[in-house]
Amino acid sequence: MEFVQNFPFITIILALFSGPLCSVLKSRAAKRVNTAVICLVLAMSVAVLVFTLRTGEAYIYRMGHFSAPWGNEIRVGVLEAFMAVFFSVIMLLCMLGGRRELTAEVEETKQNLYYVMVGLLLSSLLALIYTNDLFTAYVFVEINTISACGLIMIRQNGRSIEAATRYMIMSLLGSGLFLMGICYLYDLTGHLLMSNIKEQVALLAASGEYHIPLLISITLMSVGLAIKSALFPFHAWVPDAYGYSTLSSAAILSSLVSKGYIFLVVKIFYRVIGFDVIRESKVINVLFVFGVLGMIFGSVNAIRENNIRRMIAWSSVAQIGYIYMGFGLGTTAGITASLFHILSHAATKSMLFVSASGLTDVSHGETDFFGLTGSGYRNRIAGVAFTAGSLSMVGIPLFSGFISKVLFASAAYDTSGKLIPAMIALAVSTLLNAIYFMKTVIRIYTPSHRAGIKTDTRVIAMREQPQKAVVLMLFIALNLILGLGSQPIVNMLTQGLEMFG
Amino acid sequence: MNLANLLDNYEEAVAMILFVIGFSNLLLQPNLIKKIIGMNIMDTAVYLFLALKGYIEGHKAPIVVDGVQSVDAYVNPIPSGLVLTGIVVSVSVSALMLSLTIRLYRRYHTLNLDEISTRLKKEDL
Repeated sequence: MEFVQNFPFITIILALFSGPLCSVLKSRAAKRVNTAVICLVLAMSVAVLVFTLRTGEAYIYRMGHFSAPWGNEIRVGVLEAFMAVFFSVIMLLCMLGGRRELTAEVEETKQNLYYVMVGLLLSSLLALIYTNDLFTAYVFVEINTISACGLIMIRQNGRSIEAATRYMIMSLLGSGLFLMGICYLYDLTGHLLMSNIKEQVALLAASGEYHIPLLISITLMSVGLAIKSALFPFHAWVPDAYGYSTLSSAAILSSLVSKGYIFLVVKIFYRVIGFDVIRESKVINVLFVFGVLGMIFGSVNAIRENNIRRMIAWSSVAQIGYIYMGFGLGTTAGITASLFHILSHAATKSMLFVSASGLTDVSHGETDFFGLTGSGYRNRIAGVAFTAGSLSMVGIPLFSGFISKVLFASAAYDTSGKLIPAMIALAVSTLLNAIYFMKTVIRIYTPSHRAGIKTDTRVIAMREQPQKAVVLMLFIALNLILGLGSQPIVNMLTQGLEMFG
Repeated sequence: MNLANLLDNYEEAVAMILFVIGFSNLLLQPNLIKKIIGMNIMDTAVYLFLALKGYIEGHKAPIVVDGVQSVDAYVNPIPSGLVLTGIVVSVSVSALMLSLTIRLYRRYHTLNLDEISTRLKKEDL
């Protein structure tokens, strides 16, 4: 056993313990500790990724001295390591990009608590990625929820506390259903380790015994996680939670927290139940329908929204719909497309949030469209980044959003019966995306004197906020990398999925 | 036949009914405290279900006394472990929900979440 194989476990523990450490530090020191921990986690995850790519197979890491089926374990393959790398990159960029807003909007004495939450969140995301035990997954789902709630309520005005309460209520409903599903599955199979459950489920499916309880268990787990990741009919908390929390929180919530749950769904499909049984169960058809509805409904609401942050939040609802539609296709190509869309959406949505706050900074803090007129000229880098993000979300070639749409379309081509609804949904939703994103881009590049609107005349040059400018440039670069160098990444995802089950 | 099965497993049926009661309370009640009570009922129903599934009639709690190590003597210990973990989770979640409720009550002097929302829309913070 090589030393690098310990890294997944060390990253989880490191992030977990950075939380309590930050709670006793001054906010400045907590900030440094937090950044250092995220960087360290990133470096270690890269090492793990290189290791798994070299060996080309997944390995199991025993937690404690009991081997399967009694002990707890984590399982690391290419896909898990890649997700860990990607999540820590996005986390780092979100934290750096929202630093100025954080110091302005959160009380000085409370700032270190924010870093506690971020540490816990990172640790729970890593644990969700790596764990091979269903009940451990449940515990970390709850830790994830609690820390995400902390991220929303840290701003402490009425709106954000109400948003946090609504978020908690929806999340608790979701985790209640998820827990019930796990209990059912435990009763049916007698195991908690994912690989062991899969063996037993395969036997059950072959013999046809306990068909209905198995179906109920799959449904409960899928619906529970769908509620938590804000799939269409359960999205009511999204606009408030993303719209009124501080910048880093909105970016992290939209690009990471919901993705952690979605990754767990993939894990349940592949490693716990087995993809063939899932395909038989018709649960994916339900996910497909709600995914498609979410794609349309989220975009329609985004068009009607006047507040730029809430508009981006509604767009998230639509993008989550895309991901679940990919699951609903019921092919490995569909899952690969969804995984790529997880990456593409995470990179783009956090960039949109950061750049939108750059635009509101030069508009008297106005978030509605008229106030933003011409802001693309006053804060050039934010304008460019917002445009790049919009083009990516609409699906223009060069950017990552295009690749995920191509992957969705080609995955839909191989399915029977879902080709036409998937294509129509993709076309309509692309059109709707184009309407609201291009409307915003045109608005921020309309010179305010020509539009006859009095706006802020303050100009922010790149030199004034170097940190944010660098973060935005990195985001644009990340998008271009995902868009232009997509083939190696897709290959890596495919390879990872093969060794995932 | 099916009804007989239901009567045989009436404990599980009770757990499910409690789960649904708790779930719908958490979802539908406008009052925050009642929501939290609903959440606790829901979680407790899950623990009841787990405990029932781990119980084997006639067997004792899995604590080794007098050196008896046979598996036929004890009930399954894993569900009890899961229940304990679950209780820890639900305690912390309840505490968080209650603290949010206190915050909202101090600000708006009501526990009705819908009323708070309408008032927030009027204020337009």
